[in-house]
Parts: sequence; structure tokens; C-alpha cells
Amino acid sequence: MTADEQPASQLQRIDPYVGQYAERAVGMVASEIRALFAVAARPEIVSLAGGSPYVTALPLDAVGEMIGQLVADRGDTALQYCTAQGDAGLRERICDVMALEQIRAHPDEIVVTVGSQQALDLLTRIFIDPGDVILAEAPSYVGALGAFASYQAHVVHVAMDDDGLIPEAVEEAVERTAAAGRRAKFLYTVPNFHNPAGVTLAAERRNRILDICHRAGVLVVEDNPYGLLGFDGEPMRPMRADDDEGVVYLGTFSKTFSAGVRVGWAVAPPAIKDKLILAAESAVLCHSAFSQLTVREYLATQPWQEQIKTFREIYRERRDATLDALASLMPPGCRWTRPRGGLFVWLTLPEGVHAKAMLPRAISSRVAYVPGTGFYADGSGGQYARLCYSLPSPDRIREGIRRLASVIETEIQLRDDFGPAPGTR
Amino acid sequence: MNELDRVVVLAGGLSAEREVSLRSGERVRDALAEAGIDATVADADADLLTQLHADPPSAVFPVIHGASGEDGAIREVLGLLGTPYVGSQASACQMAFDKPVAKALVSAAGLTTPQSVTLPRETFHDLGATAVIDLIIARLGLPLYVKPSRGGSALGAGPVRDGAELPAALLSCFAYGDIALIERFIPGTEVAVGVIDLGAGPQALPAVEIVPSDDGYDYAARYTAGKTEFYVPARLPAGAAAEVARIAVAAHSVLGLRDLSRTDLIVDEQGTAFFLEVNVSPGMTETSTLPMALEASGHSFGTTCVRLLELAADRGA
Repeated sequence: MTADEQPASQLQRIDPYVGQYAERAVGMVASEIRALFAVAARPEIVSLAGGSPYVTALPLDAVGEMIGQLVADRGDTALQYCTAQGDAGLRERICDVMALEQIRAHPDEIVVTVGSQQALDLLTRIFIDPGDVILAEAPSYVGALGAFASYQAHVVHVAMDDDGLIPEAVEEAVERTAAAGRRAKFLYTVPNFHNPAGVTLAAERRNRILDICHRAGVLVVEDNPYGLLGFDGEPMRPMRADDDEGVVYLGTFSKTFSAGVRVGWAVAPPAIKDKLILAAESAVLCHSAFSQLTVREYLATQPWQEQIKTFREIYRERRDATLDALASLMPPGCRWTRPRGGLFVWLTLPEGVHAKAMLPRAISSRVAYVPGTGFYADGSGGQYARLCYSLPSPDRIREGIRRLASVIETEIQLRDDFGPAPGTR
Repeated sequence: MNELDRVVVLAGGLSAEREVSLRSGERVRDALAEAGIDATVADADADLLTQLHADPPSAVFPVIHGASGEDGAIREVLGLLGTPYVGSQASACQMAFDKPVAKALVSAAGLTTPQSVTLPRETFHDLGATAVIDLIIARLGLPLYVKPSRGGSALGAGPVRDGAELPAALLSCFAYGDIALIERFIPGTEVAVGVIDLGAGPQALPAVEIVPSDDGYDYAARYTAGKTEFYVPARLPAGAAAEVARIAVAAHSVLGLRDLSRTDLIVDEQGTAFFLEVNVSPGMTETSTLPMALEASGHSFGTTCVRLLELAADRGA
């Protein structure tokens, strides 16, 4: 049939359920940014976007052999359901891991989760009704903001500086929230080698923030994926080491072993822990026994502390390459943080240049980063970009930053011609 | 008729439309599978030539969108390899993919297209952006529609209702390319008309009317199921329906296109149909209009893909 023989017009709805979704699904749409990240996965692109650990540095043959042996020896357990709280043997090992950061915890205080992301989801589920306030750093981890948004939380960002969260800003945010007739349900913080900002909360601020939150009855959710990846000296003492009642601590093996096993954990006061277990049961029944036993076996049979040192040295070299390249190549007007651990540098762009608007040109120039807008609940933060140095080699990092510098120079010219990009004024 | 022993669907590429292209590629592969043809999806990467040399396909179905897919580059390489492929030849793609060039050619052939100017970003820089912007507004008036001269999926494209919005629109546009096409915005009914040639000459498929839910037919509206409503055939008077079909076939012919294309048009309140642009590698996703028009006109999507591959294989390189 051709256009000359037209039948009656018919409405084509690609999604017949379009009017039936929950309000929280309204923002779940295709996005240009996501489309651009699809290109960033190609090897031609120097990706400073990601955030993935350099798992190539793992002894993959040994891990493979270990997993084979695990299935042969204990397949009946590894391939079976387990408890929602998580494997008891693994929880004992997790206590050993946390002891490296001076946390004393009992295995019964721990709930094993699908990465720390699930712990974030479960915590938000049990604490947050739509419109409830969560305090979070400005900027904050994009995965946490996603979890908070899915429960329709109202995120109040709290300012940081080079020493992390500013206690006075926390106090002011708590008071401002109270003055509005609301109470912040919890403060979400990544104190060590922050994602995305790369800064670390100064030791002397930690107890002050605990004190402010304690007085206001605000729970502290301390997310610490990078604590063992510091480049200088001993790990920083987590807040949970000084407060086992007002802090829920989140840990993960994603950065110290494997992101693919999806094993994280929460350490929580008893009442919260019990609710987390019930929430986990309703969400996933139980976490993968196979993944949990894999991690348990890894901790029992492999030189995992040596492996963490290997990761640290790799990331230190790449951090150095990043900072050297930024110092020698970035145009005037750019500033950046100098992380003492972890995976991220937070780049401030020249005034009037917008990281999200610049991304297509960067991808065309074959370099990728994450625009700062993803790290603010209200989509502000366009003047920032997150650079992750974990995956590219030092040479590729330098090449990527050379490309990025050229892109920024073009954006500066566009700004001068057309005025500041919207969202940066 | 050549046997389709080995079929490669070429999808991906390095443009901002990579994700869309991968979705198109999967859909074409699945449709071919339903029609009994086992196809593999390949990306345009460093392994492609080795793959095509090692096991030459009967024909390739390119569904790479954006640069390299639609500018003729990949097809030029397929031609060098002697690999038969579905769709237009490289030289025709080069003209069609460049929107100002395509507009000039179809306009010279008597088709109506919105008044426009095409300017590289250097011109704004060299002559002063404010002065050039003032000239554009004085000449074309408002509202306007700004888009990169090359590219698709509305990336970097958007309407300008107020003169103060034009600098920001140009900034968005220049993020995706260094040359801007600035058109008079024509309010009206937006339609897409597929053209298909299954051996008997180019035929227009029923026009698909596009009704976005809120912010216009932007990237999210194009690729989020449910954000846009489509009417097939478009709710146009018979005369306008015939006219958009005529324009789509004429554009296909004037630009020397082959096998399939999709022309985007606006029909204004007076019933005048304006050519906007033509796509030599139309989207084949579940929200794309060409497969929709095929199904609505009684063509099986999979069978049509098979037929196009057979024609390509018979034609040879």
C-alpha cells in the first residue's frame, strides 16, 4: 500500500502504559548524556568518565582457580539461597577488613548488600517518605542521589572545601531545615577521597560533625568505598570508629577486590540493622551466596592486603599523571582538587563554560568525563567536571587531558562570542 | 537471485548517535532472524575490515547514524572492498547528509524548504556574534529553528522563540558541529515520510505524524517510548498527504538516493509542505517512524529488510 491508498489514521502508542507510571518514574527518559557515554566506551575515546576499578591488576588466574575450587568444594552452599543478613563467615572477614581502619564491629551488626548501592537504597527505603530531607555534600555521589530521587527525597546540599564538609555549613543546613518545620532524616557523606570531589574530610572536623548531627538527632550515613586507597600514610579514622550509635557505615569490595562481585555491607545500630534485613528480604530475598562465598574465599586464600597496595600504587601513579598533565596543559581559569587517594579529580571550568554543554565536543575530540550536573540533586554544577584516572594508562591520561584542554579552549572562545552558557551565570 | 549466505548489519560507530544505531542494528538483526536470515551485527571499528576480508558477506545492511554512517565514509570503504550494501552510495550520502546542500538541491528542483542561513562558528567570532545574530533575526524574523548542518536525532537542535535565546541555541548547536543551519521555524504538522524502492522505483510510505508530548521532538521525545504519539497515516487532508509523498520521492530522486530514505517535513496551516531534511540511514528502533510506516502499509519489516539485502547482493558492489 502506498500514500495514494490511505487507510484511516491510527494512533500509535509505543508504550500503552504511558499514563500508568508512578510519579517517581517521570524523569526516567532517554538522555543525550547517556547517549554520549555509549560512545565513551569505545577504545578510541580516552575515558576519564567511568569510575570503575582497574580489575586487570587482579591475579585473574588465581581468582579463577579459586572460584573453580569453591564450586567444586562448596557448590551446594554457593549455589543455594542464604540468609538476608549475609553469610556469617563473610561477615567475620568484613570485621577484619574494617579493623584496618580502626572500626571495631561485631559480625552481627553487619548486613551484606549488593554493593553499597543496595545499602543506600535500603536505608532510603526505611527512612524516607516523599519530601523528607537528606543532607548531602555539594557535590554528592551520583548513585546516592539516584537512590534518594527514587524515593522522592528532598536533598539539601551542604558546602565542602578542600578539607571536606564544612561543619558550620552542616549546622546551618540542619537549622535551616528545622526552621522550615522539617527535620533532616540523615546526613549522607563520603568522607575519604570523595566521589566526585576528590577531597577528604579533615580529622578534626569529624567529631564536630558527629556532635552537630547527634544534637540534632540526625543519623550519619558514612559511605567509605575508598578509605583503604589512600596514597599517604595510614587510613583516616572513620566516624563509625568513634560513634556506633549515630552512624551507619557503608563498605564495599568494589574498589578493593572486584566491582563485579557486587558485595558491599552496612554496619548499623541494632534496630536499624533489623529493618535493613527485613527490607533486604523484601527486595531480593537474599544476596548472591556465590558472590559472598567468592569474596570470603578471596579474603581467606589470597593476599588481599598486598593487592590493595598494588591498587594504591597504580592509582597513585595515575593520579600523579593526571595532576601533572592538568598543571601543564589546562588553560587559565581552570582549577582542580588534588586527591590524596581514591580515583577522582574534580575540575572547575573557567567561568561561563558548562561541562554538560561541552561534552558533545569532547566526545568528538575523543575524550570523556562526567559533567558536574549529575552530582547535584537540582542539576546545578555545570561548571564542574569529574575526571576518573583509574583505568587509562598514564600516557593515555596525558593524551586525554591534552584533548580536553583543547576542547575547553574552544569553549572559552564560544563563551567570549556568545556569552556564558546557560546554567553558569 | 543471490543467496544471502552471510549478512552483516553494521551498527554503532563513533557519533553521538551510537546508542540509537546499536538499537537500530539489533532491531534489524532480530527482524531478519524472524524472516529466516541469520545476521551478525558488527561495529565500524578497527576489526571491521579484517572481518569483512576474512569472511566476505553476501551483503551489508548499514544502520550507522550520524557522521561516518550517513556522510558516505563507511559506504565509500564498502565500495573499495567490493562489498554489496543496502542504501545510497557514498556520493549521494555526502550531499544528503549536509543539510544546507540537500536544501539547496531540493530547492533548485522546485521543492519548498524554510528560508535559512548557514554559518560556521568562525564567522560569528570574526565578525562579532551580536552583529551577525541581529542580522539573522532582521532577515529571517522569529521564531527560528537552529540545528547543526550535519547530524541527526535532534542533537544540538532546538527552537528559538525569542531573539535572546539565539546565542544559547547556537552554543548548543556548535557543541555538535562547527556549522549551524538557522531556519525560519514553520509551525504546523510534523511528518516523516519513508521512501522505499523494492525494485519497482521509489515509493512513498504513508506519512507518519509526530506529536511530541511536551518539549518538542527532541532527543528524549524521540527515544523514550510513550513521550511522543504517532499517527499513521498522518491526519492530513488528501491533497497534503499526496504532496508530502511527492516531495519525499522527489527529494529521494533529486539527491540520487537508493533503496530507502526518510524525509522530514512540516505542513503549515495553509497546507504548504516544507522539506526539512532527508535521512539516508533512517532510525530503525522501536520508536522510529520508518518501520512504523512499513508495518502500517502492510509490509513486514523483516521481509522488507531481506528484500533490500537481496537487491543489494544482486546489484553487487
